[in-house]
Amino acid sequence: MITTPLTKNVHEDRRVVLVEDYEANGGYQGARKSITQMTPSECLQVIKDSNLRGRGGAGFPTGMKWSFVPMDNVSPGHKYLVCNADEMEPGTFKDRLLMECDPHQLIEGMICGSYTIQADIAYIFLRGEYVKAAETLSQAIKECYAKGYLGRSIMGTNYSLDLYLHTSAGRYICGEETALINSLEGKRANPRAKPPFPQVSGLWGRPTIVNNVETLCNISHILDHGPEWFQELGIGEDAGTKMYGVSGNVQNPGCWELPIGTTIREILEVHAGGMLPGYSFRGLLPGGGSTDFLVEEHLDLAMDYGTIGKAGSRMGTGTMIILDDKTCPVGMVKNLIDFFAHESCGFCTPCRDGLPQTAHILQDMSSGKGESRDIENLERLVKFIGSIGNTHCALAPGAMEPLQSAMKYFPEDFERHAKGKKCNYCETD
Amino acid sequence: MPTIVIDGKEYEVPQGENILEACLGLGLDLPYFCWHPAMGSIGSCRQCAVIQYQNPEDERGKLVMGCMTPVQDGARFSITNEAASSFREFIIESLMVNHPHDCPVCAEGGECHLQDMTVMAGHRDRRYRGLKKTHRNQYLGPLIHHEMNRCITCYRCVRFYKDYAGGSDLSAMASHDHVYFGRHEDGKLESPFSGNLVEVCPTGVFTDKHLVNDYTRKWDLQSAPSICPGCSVGCNTSPGERYGKLKRVHNRYNPDINGYFLCDKGRFGATYVNSEKRIPAVGRRSKDGLFDAIDSSQALTDIAKGLSTSKVIGIGSPRTSIETNFALQNLVGQQNFCTGISETETALVSACIEAIKESGAKIPSPREIERCDAILILGEDVTNTATRIALSLRQAVRNEAFNMAEGLQLQSWQDAATRMLVQDERSPLFLASPHATQLDDIAEGIFNLSPSNIAHLGYSVASLIEGKKDDAAKKTDANDYGNIAEALLKAERPLIISGTGVTDTSVIKAASSITSALVAKGKETYLSLIYQEANTLGITLLDQGQGPSLSNIFEQGENNSIQTLIIVENDLYRRAAKHKVDKLLQAADQVIVLDILDNETCNQADIVIPASSFAECEGTLINFEGRAQRHFPVFESKHPCRPSWEWLTEIGKISSNKNMLEWQCFDDINKACSESSSTLTGINEVAPDRKYRVGGRKIPRQPHRYSGRTAMVANLSVHEPKQTDDTETPLGFTMEGHSGDRPGELIPFVWAPGWNSNHSVHKLQTGSEGELKGGRSVVKIESKKLIQSKQQVKSVNQNNDQDHFIAVAMYKIFGTGELSSQSPGIIELCESESIELAIEAADKLGVSNGDGVTAHGVNGTVDLEVKINDSLISNCVGIIQGMPGAANINPGEGLSLTRSENWVRRSEIISSDQLGGKNV
Amino acid sequence: MNNSVNSLSTEELSAIDEELEHAPYRSAVAIDALKIVQSHRGWVSDSSIKEIANYLEMSSEELDSIATFYNLIFRRPVGENVILFCDSVSCWIRGCAKLEKHINKTLGITRGQTTEDDKFTLVPVPCLGACDKAPVMMVGDSLHENLTEESINRILEDAAVKGKER
Ligand SMILES: Cc1cc2nc3c(=O)[nH]c(=O)nc-3n(C[C@H](O)[C@H](O)[C@H](O)COP(=O)(O)O)c2cc1C
Ligand code: SF4
Ligand code: FES
Repeated sequence: MITTPLTKNVHEDRRVVLVEDYEANGGYQGARKSITQMTPSECLQVIKDSNLRGRGGAGFPTGMKWSFVPMDNVSPGHKYLVCNADEMEPGTFKDRLLMECDPHQLIEGMICGSYTIQADIAYIFLRGEYVKAAETLSQAIKECYAKGYLGRSIMGTNYSLDLYLHTSAGRYICGEETALINSLEGKRANPRAKPPFPQVSGLWGRPTIVNNVETLCNISHILDHGPEWFQELGIGEDAGTKMYGVSGNVQNPGCWELPIGTTIREILEVHAGGMLPGYSFRGLLPGGGSTDFLVEEHLDLAMDYGTIGKAGSRMGTGTMIILDDKTCPVGMVKNLIDFFAHESCGFCTPCRDGLPQTAHILQDMSSGKGESRDIENLERLVKFIGSIGNTHCALAPGAMEPLQSAMKYFPEDFERHAKGKKCNYCETD
Repeated sequence: MPTIVIDGKEYEVPQGENILEACLGLGLDLPYFCWHPAMGSIGSCRQCAVIQYQNPEDERGKLVMGCMTPVQDGARFSITNEAASSFREFIIESLMVNHPHDCPVCAEGGECHLQDMTVMAGHRDRRYRGLKKTHRNQYLGPLIHHEMNRCITCYRCVRFYKDYAGGSDLSAMASHDHVYFGRHEDGKLESPFSGNLVEVCPTGVFTDKHLVNDYTRKWDLQSAPSICPGCSVGCNTSPGERYGKLKRVHNRYNPDINGYFLCDKGRFGATYVNSEKRIPAVGRRSKDGLFDAIDSSQALTDIAKGLSTSKVIGIGSPRTSIETNFALQNLVGQQNFCTGISETETALVSACIEAIKESGAKIPSPREIERCDAILILGEDVTNTATRIALSLRQAVRNEAFNMAEGLQLQSWQDAATRMLVQDERSPLFLASPHATQLDDIAEGIFNLSPSNIAHLGYSVASLIEGKKDDAAKKTDANDYGNIAEALLKAERPLIISGTGVTDTSVIKAASSITSALVAKGKETYLSLIYQEANTLGITLLDQGQGPSLSNIFEQGENNSIQTLIIVENDLYRRAAKHKVDKLLQAADQVIVLDILDNETCNQADIVIPASSFAECEGTLINFEGRAQRHFPVFESKHPCRPSWEWLTEIGKISSNKNMLEWQCFDDINKACSESSSTLTGINEVAPDRKYRVGGRKIPRQPHRYSGRTAMVANLSVHEPKQTDDTETPLGFTMEGHSGDRPGELIPFVWAPGWNSNHSVHKLQTGSEGELKGGRSVVKIESKKLIQSKQQVKSVNQNNDQDHFIAVAMYKIFGTGELSSQSPGIIELCESESIELAIEAADKLGVSNGDGVTAHGVNGTVDLEVKINDSLISNCVGIIQGMPGAANINPGEGLSLTRSENWVRRSEIISSDQLGGKNV
Repeated sequence: MNNSVNSLSTEELSAIDEELEHAPYRSAVAIDALKIVQSHRGWVSDSSIKEIANYLEMSSEELDSIATFYNLIFRRPVGENVILFCDSVSCWIRGCAKLEKHINKTLGITRGQTTEDDKFTLVPVPCLGACDKAPVMMVGDSLHENLTEESINRILEDAAVKGKER
């Protein structure tokens, strides 16, 4: 049985998997099976039963999300499936690999997903800087049209689907699904108010599903091999495999497909080879820049949604960033907050004007101009900006996660900086 | 009505509102920025945070935005909870991070929503140690001043400008904390509603340039309830004065008409009141042709003497009050009183009145227009002739959006969500016009037709609605116009708009036949007919077709049968051909002109008398719906001007005019007018009379912080002048008096404790778009009372042969109005007198923009500057109305055109030159 | 400026038309059109904004509002090579700040600036999704991984010689 469905085709040297090789290795079987043999509602049931959860960060059950799409034909018009390939979360580098190495896997997943919700148009919203992925994907899309996997009457059925690649003009907020929809419409990427959710009123006011690249890459395999097979892949309560990654000062930074629920320690020590000589471990952000720090005591936890959630963080994208003893947590948080402040869309006050205040305090602190009131002020900012609902979207609360947890786990560093002291590891101008 | 609990107290609130709206309606203070009663919620500022509890046991609750949370029966909230109030304080603190500390010099100071909210939210201490950001300001034209540093990024400006008013030249630029609201490059804002930015912006980013250049704080302005004299819509305004100068005009909330918004003519087109062209004194022409100031009582006595011995004709005016016209009518007698409206226009107004009587349709208020869900406009260019209506129409086409939103259980205030859902779907609006209009962007169908073909379209639609499909011609009509008929029949509230602007009576008749057809089908049908001036309908009702027409007066002049001619507030050179007016004014032995500003007619007078403007006197105007409304004097003019009705009454008294002897005050004239004919019955109930008091107190025109009353005249006298007693109205020229709930028509300005900005209006309302708490008298002249003109109006001869062009009337929001176009700021925007030609016509004549053509018509020839309008249909030429040259051409007549050989092209005018170098 | 310099080339127009084929309304391709024009001219000038807006039947304000929102639309002229220098967290941990200073010194420019010879513009960019190869940067369309001062020198020299990286 296949144990690494997502990366089974990926070549060592990362050259792209050609369509012939993809087909030879079981490619387009999932799509063929679902479109020619299954009804959309049967497909939906399989995805629901598989317990697949979204790999874009929030871990929302994919089948449930799809089930909100109205399937009656009362209001005629388009429906859309959109692949969120905007990967801009700091420390995240998994979708790039999947798209650059095996573009057909994503496209097949999108065909299956579109069929399930009966979408007639699909988009890949690709980060603008991913030039190579853009090339591989547009080549693959061409091949699919040529082979009749896309376009009119797919595989001889009366199901038709058009797929377009949109390359972004660059902004982190485009990853937020409703902002992404606005951007696809050619607008400023401000997130939309919810409700209504995109499943009922999304792209051009029509029902729309937005899923992450990795989520969609799983779909054809699940439809091909069945939900039980998928459930079996995971170690703990979650199903399937997960693209885990490690970056920072480790021996062997990289990205691997492992059973979901693999422990942090295994990922860090076995796959990433542990810390580089001369560096020791202090903490980690488990799934990108908008997750809370975990520390030594958490190393044996399973990397799955529930376990990491209970530990006070989020699995996020599953690509961890390691904090070592020669990196100052204050400086690291400052780097992140600078990013989030700059990437704020500017729509709501706490984020637009609150993050720059936070960044300014951290700037003062890390450059030796900290003051004793800074910690209290940071706590205040965390309190007001850091809760979902206080802001219009999840960007700003996400931004506050590393800060609040860093203040909790590394108080001595913050106190040192609040005394106006410089730090050996923070860059000072 | 759902019951909700706020801070432990139960309240009943209207279904379908959000928590913020509900709180404000209950009189509870909850700060906000991005929400606007007319524009709904987007949830961007996060200022209106409250705590919502799951159930009575829940003690912690969850922070939610009031403006984004619908009221639901049994829901529990807290405003005062610390978690909410400290969050709100934090929001203000964040907004203040980059906000300049320039309140003392900011034009918004003292009526700033941000100031109010800062105090309300309790923010005081700045924690941020960084520098403030600064932006470059833009030049946005002569009306609006831009000061971006004051921006708090609430997005209201673009939401109003683009989403609500359909403008496209103001946008949010950049992102994160660099967001900037402005244009692509410097230049005047193009929307005719741009002035509302001044009131929509909660701080001082967009301010009234005229006010900024000659500044007075809100608390130092003396105001009165007023009516915009700019057009026939009759928006309610609140003009403010200081030192004898009209400083600015603000919106005065009227739920039926203007709601929260005015057009730019109304807002910026009133400062002609301060013009140097005001007639400075009563003057008599001396032998050298110049005017000498003369003693007014002597002049009046002389005039009175003339009246009793000679044949007198009085020419009134559709731009001034019923009372002035009524006084003139009484002075000269009905058979000698002429409305002063041109021949063609009189015929059109009569056609409108007939249409109203016959069609059986309802006449909608602008608010009702907003609720109509299928619209056909026949010929009337409403953006230029009744500008505020165009804004209502932009809301009306959103009814389809609200229907779609309802399907998803979205409330109408969920603005962003609704717009995303609906995208470009609109309720149908069809437009027939000889040229492009500023509503084309929201129209489902645009028909570029000559006036007579517009009438044909109208009749075809009517017969399609009736279901007659007999002959082949009908079939092509069904192809062309079937969708119009279908949309009108499908709608719940179809609306037909036309008016006198299209200058073809058959168009109005066609409009009437469509409405009749719809009414016959049992539809709740609406018909709006637009008139050209603030009191066109009023003076027509007063005259009832009894007096002589303008051409009759010209004939009498030619027969030398007029000895004394009294012209009141009417520049005849803008109404009729120059040679005719010249002849008339020369023929009369004595010409007496009462007016506000100097004009060509004044120049030809023997005696000129300075009249008060709308801002200096009381008067009643009747708008396009037949609604009578009162304007009150804002201030006592230092000028020797007096209301025309007062001058005329005085003359009447001297000449022992029986009716007039009894008139002691405005109310007496008004009452006499109301009693004089059944048509105008009720216009004395438009507003409380001068004896009206609340608890024995008058209503003050000055806010209670009005400052410097003793110092204002210190250069003349150190003693505080006694405040003049206003014996004419229930208002006082003071700051003392009653300022609680007042009848809507007596609210001079809005203010409430803690609410210094115009947002305080919610304290006077029941609900965010609701009625005023103090009540409001609505006096509408019923259509069945309208009396049909007996006067036979000659229809103009339409010369439609090949070589002729049809003259079609064109209107410009800035330029057509005689008075508004004399207001600083507007002066720079006025269109010059010109003839608009289609490209084909210009090519045929070999002319281009700026060249001259000679138009040969029934009144001889006139040279006009060419402006190419590529949207005009080729056999029509556009003549901008309200200008002296244009008055030589009757709209509808056939013109032949030749290239004007000795035309001198105008040199480029630098806008400041028009102001003599001032106000740069 | 003469008209032909500003107006959109046939190549640009046909690329925009291709996008328009599957757009429900013209302004929906605003971002694509901006990117197309930028790919031909390096940046989007005021007059390009007007031209594109005109072609898409929208106002310059509406288009500029979009153009100025996105990081990768350049509203000021840039050099032949745009250096997209990742300054996000993983690269920062791996010492990108020092490398940025090195670039500053080598080229004599800081963030947002263009070298006097118009060869290079330095633009910081959020996480490039190659954190396992940190520090990284892009020059033109090519991604460069595991940067060191030496490798940066080499990359810059190559780019300067080759001209515009495509
Ligand atoms: C600020 C912000 C940025 C995001 N960026 C991404 C992203 O780059 N890629 C992604 O797949 N999801 C991103 N998300 C999550 C998406 O909004 C959305 O939840 C996801 O695409 C859903 O896909 P899934 O259900 O397959 O996980 C982001 C969310 C937020 C709030
Ligand atoms: S939290 Fe607000 S300002 Fe920040 S990205 Fe989301 S909507 Fe924009
Ligand atoms: S008024 Fe509610 S968020 Fe702005």
